[in-house]
Amino acid sequence: MPRKARAVAPTPDEQLAFYRQMVQVRRFEERAARAYTEAKIGGYCHLNLGEEGTVAGLMAAMQPDDYIFTNYREHGYALARGIAPERVMAELYGRSDGVSRGWGGSMHMFDIESRFMGGYGIVGGQVPLATGAALAIDYRGGSEAVICQMGEGTTNIGAFHESLNIAALWNLPIVYVVINNGLGMGTTVEKSSAEPELYKRAASYRMASARVDGNDPEAVHEATKVALASARAGKPYLLEAVSGRMKGHSVVDPAKYRSKEETEAARAGDPVAAYATRLSEKGVLTEELIAQIDAEVRAEVTAAAEFADASPHPEVKTLFDYTYATPVANDSRRLPGEALYPAAPRPSSKGASA
Amino acid sequence: MSVITYRQALHDALREEMLRDQDVFLIGEEIGLFEGSYKITAGMLEEFGEKRVRDTPIAEEGFTGAAIGAAMLGLRPVVELMTINFSLIAIDQIINHAAKIYGMFGGQARVPLVIRTPGGGGQQLGATHSQNIELFYAFVPGMKVVAPSSPADAKALMLAAIRDDDPVLVLENLALYNTTGEVPDVVEPAEIGKAKVTREGKDITVVAYSRMAHVALQVAEQLAREEGIDVEVVDLRSLRPLDRDTVVESVKKTNCAVVLEDDWLTYGIGAEIAATISDGAFDYLDAPVRRVAMAEVPLPYAKSLETAALPSAADAANAIRETLDAVARRR
Repeated sequence: MPRKARAVAPTPDEQLAFYRQMVQVRRFEERAARAYTEAKIGGYCHLNLGEEGTVAGLMAAMQPDDYIFTNYREHGYALARGIAPERVMAELYGRSDGVSRGWGGSMHMFDIESRFMGGYGIVGGQVPLATGAALAIDYRGGSEAVICQMGEGTTNIGAFHESLNIAALWNLPIVYVVINNGLGMGTTVEKSSAEPELYKRAASYRMASARVDGNDPEAVHEATKVALASARAGKPYLLEAVSGRMKGHSVVDPAKYRSKEETEAARAGDPVAAYATRLSEKGVLTEELIAQIDAEVRAEVTAAAEFADASPHPEVKTLFDYTYATPVANDSRRLPGEALYPAAPRPSSKGASA
Repeated sequence: MSVITYRQALHDALREEMLRDQDVFLIGEEIGLFEGSYKITAGMLEEFGEKRVRDTPIAEEGFTGAAIGAAMLGLRPVVELMTINFSLIAIDQIINHAAKIYGMFGGQARVPLVIRTPGGGGQQLGATHSQNIELFYAFVPGMKVVAPSSPADAKALMLAAIRDDDPVLVLENLALYNTTGEVPDVVEPAEIGKAKVTREGKDITVVAYSRMAHVALQVAEQLAREEGIDVEVVDLRSLRPLDRDTVVESVKKTNCAVVLEDDWLTYGIGAEIAATISDGAFDYLDAPVRRVAMAEVPLPYAKSLETAALPSAADAANAIRETLDAVARRR
């Protein structure tokens, strides 16, 4: 159910900040797509194109000591959490200056300083973890809250329901944020979810919930503030943000399963363009300012790519540095071609060689 | 020094750590009011309260994952999974998350988590409740897996697991809970990753862990008494990391080996031990490494079938005798 907007409207400065954030995500992701086609980036690469409004509104509502767990489509969230674009891009490039030191890649960004607790590549893997982080906050009597971001396809896995149940039973300070872009890879919400109005699923756990227009950063921001206040008061919350996915599931997906009309509708719903128009109509943005922000962000993103390209590849000697946090006896440090033991001596007639 | 059960030793280790460190808490199904399916946590709810002895819904993936998330923020949860069979419901959180988080994020978050869970058959619980699938976890870098066979080790390894900053699976065993042994009044945490020669001998090496390491000692004493066979028993204690050197050194001395395991033979832990001996002591071997393992069937309920499928002390003794016969023919 769409909530009534709160009376307090965002200031022009806040609106500009939303817009700048959205443009930063847009340009960064476009640059990432280009780097992917140039084979600078490997593996899977899922972009936040079409999700910029949600990213900007959601992240602006978080406090510095709050925690966030996300899925594997998380570059924009990392940027909006204040992590330097250089370090995010360096992670995509698999370099040692990356946020996860080159160990995670596109799907596994992590930054302990900003309490960005990880992108997770397994659908829904982050949901029990985030619930546990909220448990830890509650255990210690802290005032922080946890944001657990996920895609709409996640609402069909068991761990989603187990986690919502646990959070509601134990009154944990967590907001589950479902990014509903209408598509789980190529499968529509209607085809995968018996209750396609996903925020209603919270009712099973007597959990408060709301659906918000994910293309509108101001609406997302307000809704997230309400959700976080609820979580901090011990009432976990489910927020569904409805937006679109402007391109394929990942960089390499041509999205042939979508009709031309559907693809065009997604492009027409471009949240960055729509917000620019809206702010221009209000006189907050001008042509000049749009161009200026775009130029600044492009320069930032170009610098990030240059930094990433110049960052050293991790050294092979560090391969065994992160298997265990507590050193342990007989930890294997064998490279694939190495023997476990030196080659056996020549056979002798009686066991042990000379 | 006092003689206590394996169950009591585990209980004592948990209680000591709960008293020592406020960040340690217990989480699992029926561990509080019900005092645990196997009563390891008896009295804990009363002593420590609901915050630190947390009964969960039947949601292994959810609560195991929540424990991992709490560990990422620095708490030291001890998860009870009622039996290792139920760990399969939580396996995504254990293998894809607990074991990966430290490495995958470049060492930024630690997961000081303990999962304690019993394996074991022989209780007529049928195919889904009688498996020994510790191998699944011992296969995975990032996990640590320990498998105590005595009360003293149960306590020392549990203390070590709780103080460790990595996810540690402590393999308990249904058939060991009521066994007894001497436990010192003050127990220091064991060193994870180290095997132990629990009986020195010169004729043959028997390698085992958990229940079968207990059986190995009994068989060794019986063979010494009745047949004059001097068995050396290597108790692995840690399945990951694996202390290969202790196994290899023993075989270099005895020149032959039998592996006892409660899991299935094909691809099992015994296969890894046999390969290790081949790698490290090939020229010292006077007979093929023999493995005694569970019959490769879903474990049946009927007692006659269940007993036939599980490795027994008699199976172990026969394997030892036959291996020594093979050695004698070669020498």
